[in-house]
Amino acid sequence: MSAVEIQIGGLGGQGVILAGMVIGRGLVLYDGYHVSLTQSFGPEARGSACSAQLVVSREPVLYPYVTNPHILVTLSQEAYRRFVPSLRPGGTLIVEEDLVRTSPLPDAVVLYRVPATRLAEALGRRLVMNMVLVGFFAAVVGLPHPDSARRAIRDSVPAGTETLNLAAFEQGYDFGLKQLAGSPVHASP
Amino acid sequence: MKADPRGVLAGVHFLDGDQACAEGALAAGCRFAAGYPITPSTEIVERFAQRVPLLGGMFLQMEDELAASIAIQGAVWAGAKAFTVTSGPGFSLMMEHIGYAAMTETPCVIVDVQRGGPSTGLPTLPAQGDMQQARWGSHGDYEIIALAPNSPQECFDLTIEAFNLAEQYRTPVLVMMDEIVGHMTERVVIPPADQIEIVPRRYTTKPPADYRPFAPEADLVPAMARAGQGYRFHITGLTHDERGYPTTNVAAHDRLVRRLVAKIRNDATRLTRVEEHFLEDAEVIVLAYGITSRVALRAVQMARARGIAAGLLRPILIWPFPEARLRQLASRAGLSGILVAEINLGQIVREVERCVGGRVPVRLAGHAGGSVHHPQELFETIVEMAQAVEIER
Repeated sequence: MSAVEIQIGGLGGQGVILAGMVIGRGLVLYDGYHVSLTQSFGPEARGSACSAQLVVSREPVLYPYVTNPHILVTLSQEAYRRFVPSLRPGGTLIVEEDLVRTSPLPDAVVLYRVPATRLAEALGRRLVMNMVLVGFFAAVVGLPHPDSARRAIRDSVPAGTETLNLAAFEQGYDFGLKQLAGSPVHASP
Repeated sequence: MKADPRGVLAGVHFLDGDQACAEGALAAGCRFAAGYPITPSTEIVERFAQRVPLLGGMFLQMEDELAASIAIQGAVWAGAKAFTVTSGPGFSLMMEHIGYAAMTETPCVIVDVQRGGPSTGLPTLPAQGDMQQARWGSHGDYEIIALAPNSPQECFDLTIEAFNLAEQYRTPVLVMMDEIVGHMTERVVIPPADQIEIVPRRYTTKPPADYRPFAPEADLVPAMARAGQGYRFHITGLTHDERGYPTTNVAAHDRLVRRLVAKIRNDATRLTRVEEHFLEDAEVIVLAYGITSRVALRAVQMARARGIAAGLLRPILIWPFPEARLRQLASRAGLSGILVAEINLGQIVREVERCVGGRVPVRLAGHAGGSVHHPQELFETIVEMAQAVEIER
């Protein structure tokens, strides 16, 4: 397998980096992949554009930056606007349904929409929308293995919040499996 | 001796280079750090400050980098293993005390997570612009040891090595990271404590009456005394005699400074740590270190796939420079050029030119900082260099 580039973009405070960390940790510790995770963010603690980038490979990763993601996740309109032009032809795009309005995309792009924030609110904490997203990601992308993701969540979230975060993961995972059972939404008619 | 298991977080981890560096220091037995946290090195002291109190150690936030770089030396003379951590602007401030550590032969580690400069430059983005400063930044004649990790795994491994070399040679050792290596998260394997070799401090076996604190042993390195055990000695940055007392005697100065230089320079070949790829038949050698070495290896692989005989020489230990190995490679028939890739506008390339002495063309692929070269860009330069040779033939 050659390297797979993944980019997750959103706003500071949405848990973008932690989502990338959980996906990376699952892939590295439990699925046996090599992963380089880099992150970029503004100086503000909350509200600025931020993104997590993962290069995933069976071989050691030499070039750590994502240039043209195979899989792009956008959790804000700003991240969508900034990162969509770099999405690889034939790539996969996942958007937060209520926060991102999509524009016409190239034919070959596979588009998934997930109302991650609403699903998290249904659990009582909007904060766990990032773990809903990780669940959805694991379902539709197939990485990491769901059990690996669950273990990585336990490793990564603050003590005492495991149950809530895992519930959020399951919400997103189930939602993703249901979307897969139907056919993915293609970008253009 | 083996590492103290209490400081070793054995297992497989997903850590960034900064965190791995902190774990390396803990595994090496470091129990004291003083610092003035600065991006992109902050996560090192953040983790160290969180973990070290549980091991009976201490992190001290100082008023600035001058204080940080001298506080660690006080801790060392009191018996601790100690380090400080900084980035460009702080590294500049530490130069005075790096010279002090070299002169007083204080074993300590200074980590510089390089960011774009000069001045405050690019706090959150990478560079390799402090490489010659690492070698020459403090005044006067001295030799220094510096390591250049290219992954979080090596941030762990080479931090341990830095502490070991500091003790072995009684010298400050620099770990020259960069923002990418510091902030990238990857697999880091921390071996069990009984697989980690630790060089203990060299303590004198002589009784206090016979002890001369700066009288060298056979390898030119003097042994230290345990504080509080009845040994009396004096430490000064002034030129000193073997008893440690200041002197302006020219012969004593000559003896001291020559020894400080020789204890490391004489061992340069033994200190050589390089990684080599495809050098057996290489016509174009790419020399790169730190994060740039990974990108360069990718470019070399691309060139090989196109049938171009490219190879990679990566100094892991950058000071003293692996001069003998480079001279050997440069004098080999069939070599048509050396490409030096670094995130600065020409620092290590000067060292390469000096070693090569005009035998083959040396070319620089410089970068002002803020990112790393793209492999494609280096690949194209390799192709150009290989084609230039074809045309000459």
